[in-house]
Amino acid sequence: MASHYEAPIRKPLVLGDKGYHDVSVDIARPVEGKANKQWWIVFSIALVAFLWGLGCIIYTVSTGIGVWGLNKTVNWAWDITNFVWWVGIGHAGTLISAVLLLFRQKWRMAINRSAEAMTIFSVIQAGLFPIIHMGRPWLAYWVLPIPNQFGSLWVNFNSPLLWDVFAISTYLSVSLVFWWTGLLPDFAMIRDRAVKPFQKKIYSLLSFGWTGRAKDWQRFEEVSLVLAGLATPLVLSVHTIVSFDFATSVIPGWHTTIFPPYFVAGAIFSGFAMVNTLLIIMRKVCSLEEYITELFVAWYSGVEYEQYAFLNRATGPYWWAYWAMMTCNVFSPQFMWFKKLRTSIMFSFFISIVVNIGMWFERFVIIVTSLHRDYLPSSWTMFSPTFIDIGIFIGTIGFFFVLFLLYSRTFPVIAQAEVKSILKSSGERYKKLRDAGKPLYEMPARGQAKASAAAPVAEGNKDEKVSALMEKLGAFNPDTDTADELQKIKGVGPQMEQVLNQIGIFTFAQVSKMTSTEYDLLDSITEKFPGRAQRDDWAGQAKVLNDKKQ
Amino acid sequence: MASKVIHAVYNDDDILMHAVKKVRAEHHHIEEVYTPFPVHGLDKAMGLEDTRIAITSFMYGCLGLIVAITMMNYIMIEDWPQDIGGKPSFSYLENMPAFVPIMFELTVFFAAHLMVITFYLRSRMWPFKKAENPDKRTTDDLFLMEVGVHDNEDALKNLLLDTGAIEVTVTEKEA
Repeated sequence: MASHYEAPIRKPLVLGDKGYHDVSVDIARPVEGKANKQWWIVFSIALVAFLWGLGCIIYTVSTGIGVWGLNKTVNWAWDITNFVWWVGIGHAGTLISAVLLLFRQKWRMAINRSAEAMTIFSVIQAGLFPIIHMGRPWLAYWVLPIPNQFGSLWVNFNSPLLWDVFAISTYLSVSLVFWWTGLLPDFAMIRDRAVKPFQKKIYSLLSFGWTGRAKDWQRFEEVSLVLAGLATPLVLSVHTIVSFDFATSVIPGWHTTIFPPYFVAGAIFSGFAMVNTLLIIMRKVCSLEEYITELFVAWYSGVEYEQYAFLNRATGPYWWAYWAMMTCNVFSPQFMWFKKLRTSIMFSFFISIVVNIGMWFERFVIIVTSLHRDYLPSSWTMFSPTFIDIGIFIGTIGFFFVLFLLYSRTFPVIAQAEVKSILKSSGERYKKLRDAGKPLYEMPARGQAKASAAAPVAEGNKDEKVSALMEKLGAFNPDTDTADELQKIKGVGPQMEQVLNQIGIFTFAQVSKMTSTEYDLLDSITEKFPGRAQRDDWAGQAKVLNDKKQ
Repeated sequence: MASKVIHAVYNDDDILMHAVKKVRAEHHHIEEVYTPFPVHGLDKAMGLEDTRIAITSFMYGCLGLIVAITMMNYIMIEDWPQDIGGKPSFSYLENMPAFVPIMFELTVFFAAHLMVITFYLRSRMWPFKKAENPDKRTTDDLFLMEVGVHDNEDALKNLLLDTGAIEVTVTEKEA
């Protein structure tokens, strides 16, 4: 028997008086309901940004890379900065879902699904930049080692850029199957709740026919664990290989062995900030010793070019970018030492945005300041982005949010099956029961054998059913009680309210007493929307509304 | 041939676990248990064998490594050796360090994807597959135990009701 014990000192992770069905209702709500106004506003802004970026991409491809701000000396700037920035953001998603799964951290369950989604969407943005920079994106398949029309001319496997192709595509595809496999039981839950035929069809397709057999669950857990074990070294390898793009070159400021760990740490830092931006939950504080180490390496190596490269970063023409990076990344997170600020949602949201800006500048500083002062002073120059450069970057931010917002309306954003599996150890309801020394479950009243699957509910005429129902819910006394606006309950329309009133149900208190037997009775009386009341959890809603009233 | 089965529905995982143990102790054959979330220890209680999917993943990873080594050796050493940056392609062993990233990535690629494909096929899941859970509520909050019936219908029914089942239904199962 699995023990549900968890130290009482740990605060419950699932707040409120929640049982298994409540978890399903809560998580399916955004998918089954309609989007609110704010969603549409943010979505429209993101869509406009995306379309603007798309326009800039089309202009770049049709005209040529010359529309960017690159020049002979700084031949790599804006696009690679964006590429590294987006890949880095993706990494925190894998870390939250994979590493914390391996360490059995239960708090990950609030955010792991969205963090994985963030990984996939941001790696898609990252992948766009190298493809656009190719100039002829329809020939992008040339990076693959396939037999071609040039005889046996192969791609160069000694090049870090090709390693990137393999690393990024492995990372994207493995993250995708990890995410999707975890989604199957949740899609199945929505599929089995769906009442609209179209919705049912879509979620049947998405859930791959998941049925939740004991053997399936056994394999599911093993597969999740192995995938997490594979994803953890994978995520480290991806950013290590991205850093090789620079570290294997001979440019001062790039040619350093600290780059792989430096990039990985930076990726984790910016990725966590992005998780925070997206979810507005402050979970983690990262400190930044790596920066000190980097400067130290330059002194230590004693190469004069290296020393110049770092001095130039802080005091040269791009000093503002360097200090923007230092302010955003090193100084601003120090506020997180204060618990009051750390737990303030608005403040941590603000800091996470600042850190993301800072991390973008970090990449920009590394890439551009190293290039713009090369070995030949006569070719020293500056880089300034064109509006096309900026447009494409903003476009990818728009694209990212378009994908994320669509995801948040159509996908179960919390891994409900996993939450249910920790409910008895970390749910508030069960913690309270345990503290009170009560058992976590009660044997139900002895059930009944049913002849067939679709047994009719209690026979009898309508009047008998109504009186049976009212006996359970309590009669409404117009002299002492006041009628509530039952339409406030989701799923109750004007028509249904009338029907309920005819039966004699007027208050939230009455509705809140309903259990599955009463729902069945109600369905057989009204003969409308069978199962609707149970699915929308009228009793639970009525309870909340009733509490609010008092 | 259609066989008769009993579907017993439970509303709690702990009650289900006790029921599974009791039904097995009475030597009835549990055909299947459908649950909305992974109930830890259920596979042991049902007498299911451990899954071997992690072993397949290891073998797929080895396959990926072999593919990577063969590919690098053919492309970079045998088919078209090049002198890149003053570093000629002499032999696989000498040039191996440059191929480590690719070898690692392909190992992970094969191990992850082939394992997931194996999982989907073994558990019979793919797009457009129809779900087979007998009761829709088993993906929400109920647990369903399917027990085979062999001329002991009433005894079995009573046993299942004793274990705390909230509903017991006898149905014909196509198989």
